[in-house]
Amino acid sequence: MSSSIPTVPDELAKVKLDRIPLLLIPALALVAVPLVGSLSTWITLTFAGLAMGLIIFIMASGLTLVFGLMDVLNFGHGIFITLGAFLASTVLSRMPNWTTSPALLPNLSAMALAILVAMLVVGLVGLLFERVIIRPVYGQGLKQIMITMGGMIVGVELIKVVWGAQSIPLLLPTAFQGSLLFGEAAVEKYRLIAVVIGVGVFAVMYWVLSRTKVGLLIRAGVHDREMVESLGYRVGRLFLGVFMAGAALAGLGGVMWGLYQQSINPAMGGAINVLLLIVIIIGGMGSVGGCFIGALMVGLVSNYAGFLAPKVALFSDILLMVIVLLWRPQGLYPVVKR
Amino acid sequence: MILKRLLSGDLPRSRVLWLLLIVIFAGLLFTPFIFHGMKALNVAAKICVFVVLVASFDLLLGYTGIISFAHTVCFGIGAYGVAIALTRFGPTWTAVAVGVICALLVSLVLSFLIGLFSLRVKAIFYAMITLAVATAIQTLASQLSDFTGGEDGLTFKVPELLSPGFALWDKPFLGVDLNGRLITYYLVFACAVALFLIMLRIVNSPFGRVLQAIRENAFRAEALGYRIVAYRTSSNVLAALFATLAGALLALWLRYSGPDTTLSFDIMLFILLMVVIGGMGTLYGSVLGATLFILVENYLQDVMKFASEGLVKVPLLRDLVNPDRWLLWLGLLFVLSVYRFPTGIVGKLRAKARRA
Repeated sequence: MSSSIPTVPDELAKVKLDRIPLLLIPALALVAVPLVGSLSTWITLTFAGLAMGLIIFIMASGLTLVFGLMDVLNFGHGIFITLGAFLASTVLSRMPNWTTSPALLPNLSAMALAILVAMLVVGLVGLLFERVIIRPVYGQGLKQIMITMGGMIVGVELIKVVWGAQSIPLLLPTAFQGSLLFGEAAVEKYRLIAVVIGVGVFAVMYWVLSRTKVGLLIRAGVHDREMVESLGYRVGRLFLGVFMAGAALAGLGGVMWGLYQQSINPAMGGAINVLLLIVIIIGGMGSVGGCFIGALMVGLVSNYAGFLAPKVALFSDILLMVIVLLWRPQGLYPVVKR
Repeated sequence: MILKRLLSGDLPRSRVLWLLLIVIFAGLLFTPFIFHGMKALNVAAKICVFVVLVASFDLLLGYTGIISFAHTVCFGIGAYGVAIALTRFGPTWTAVAVGVICALLVSLVLSFLIGLFSLRVKAIFYAMITLAVATAIQTLASQLSDFTGGEDGLTFKVPELLSPGFALWDKPFLGVDLNGRLITYYLVFACAVALFLIMLRIVNSPFGRVLQAIRENAFRAEALGYRIVAYRTSSNVLAALFATLAGALLALWLRYSGPDTTLSFDIMLFILLMVVIGGMGTLYGSVLGATLFILVENYLQDVMKFASEGLVKVPLLRDLVNPDRWLLWLGLLFVLSVYRFPTGIVGKLRAKARRA
């Protein structure tokens, strides 16, 4: 695909990368070292924070892209997360032989299958959601907020119809339970998997956005939609694709988050939605890179704060958001629109 | 003519709407005498409180075009203000007054700050910020358990005159005991009517017209010389104050205040549904919306229970009409209203009356 892009002089292609936000993550981790005290605890906390941050990133990435491309902020994004988690619970409970076997391979395949089903179904639901709920209210800010909220209410009730209103336990496959010991630092196995999947998703997304033609169009669409349309590309269709991909990623995030919490309920999506909004505000609405850094910061801060001052941890996300907005009112990476 | 003055010249302008409003008003006025039993009175009191709350939200959403998810925070501040004052100072009227005044001050400062900082930006950003603030305050209320009673909330005694043990008259009047509950009910009812009429006055004043102008075209309103940030912020503050008063009324009626009755996000969604179904930008819509919603919440479940027992053999359909799924149907009605009739029931009725 990339061969069809005409070559441009290097000076044009180079965009100066703003490195300061990138330094925030290591800075944050380093500041935490003396505060936490013990190195092994620090490793455990940092790892937990990164895993949590990456799961949050998976869930929030679709939200921020959709906003960037079409100015649509989906307050009902949480419903995709809930749906993903519940689908995973159904799939995993159908395969007791695979999930309880101590060997790694059957466990991995069970989880892969659960993720696949969740992403596919949630992607299709995303298609439906975009067509039925969002399409009729493009460009009407107030109505969009209300209608996506309404979609969320109906979605949550439908999930209760299918799976019931109680919270159900979602147990990790046997091989993923427990922790690995590195010296004195304990790292939960599942967090390792979460980090691997999260980094994988980020890498693929980065590749698609920066190295393929579709990615080029998406980035151009975020910057200036009308211009891309006037060049003959159907931004509407592109947007539908992005929306579905975002929904599917939220479904994946839902599976990961459900397994992380080990218990799922129909209200979980609504609760996490607030956190996702905070993350994309921190990152700069519409910026994927900002969302990545914002998610990692939220994950790290909430784990460090949970260890150092549990009461403060309840408000750490909001505090972080306020601090970032005082520094950069538009978020870490402001998305410049024409 | 007096009626016209009372309604600030903003008449319902539809015969059906007149009828509905009169039925609701009379129904609420005579509830203790028509329906016996605590449930009916509870429902009626809740309707009174929510009419005020929803109308104050309409002031923001329908008249100014701002969507705030922190509205229940002010509602909660009102309820907790009365609750904390009555728990600390004992059941006196002074305590009620102190609680209400402190709550109003807190709401004023909070809504002023939020408004000043974030009303300059787009509607979406404001919605997000208020959502985050609302979540934080909800957590705060459950954490400060020495002060707010945490998750359990606060149960308290109300002044003598309002307590159930107080008897105004030894003998029943028209078959109804004239006790403190009845007095409380009529206090809530009278306050609700008064607050509603004041809000009607506000939206029909020149100030209210400017708010509507900002809703329709903020740029143009600014070009005409109105400082839109100032107007939006005052509208935000006013709505917050009315919501606080509604919260105080609810606390007095329930003699309890907890996170689930006032602060929870569900309540926020409920009032959004009520405003939109009733009709945004028409205060009468809040009367219809709140009444309809609360009646459905309390009585539709009985109908649905009946239906689901009839359909016990049909698996999916049975679950769809399960009494616990009443919100599903209201949610669908909400989505439909946003698309098909954005002016809600009131707008529909008025349009019909205009055509006739």
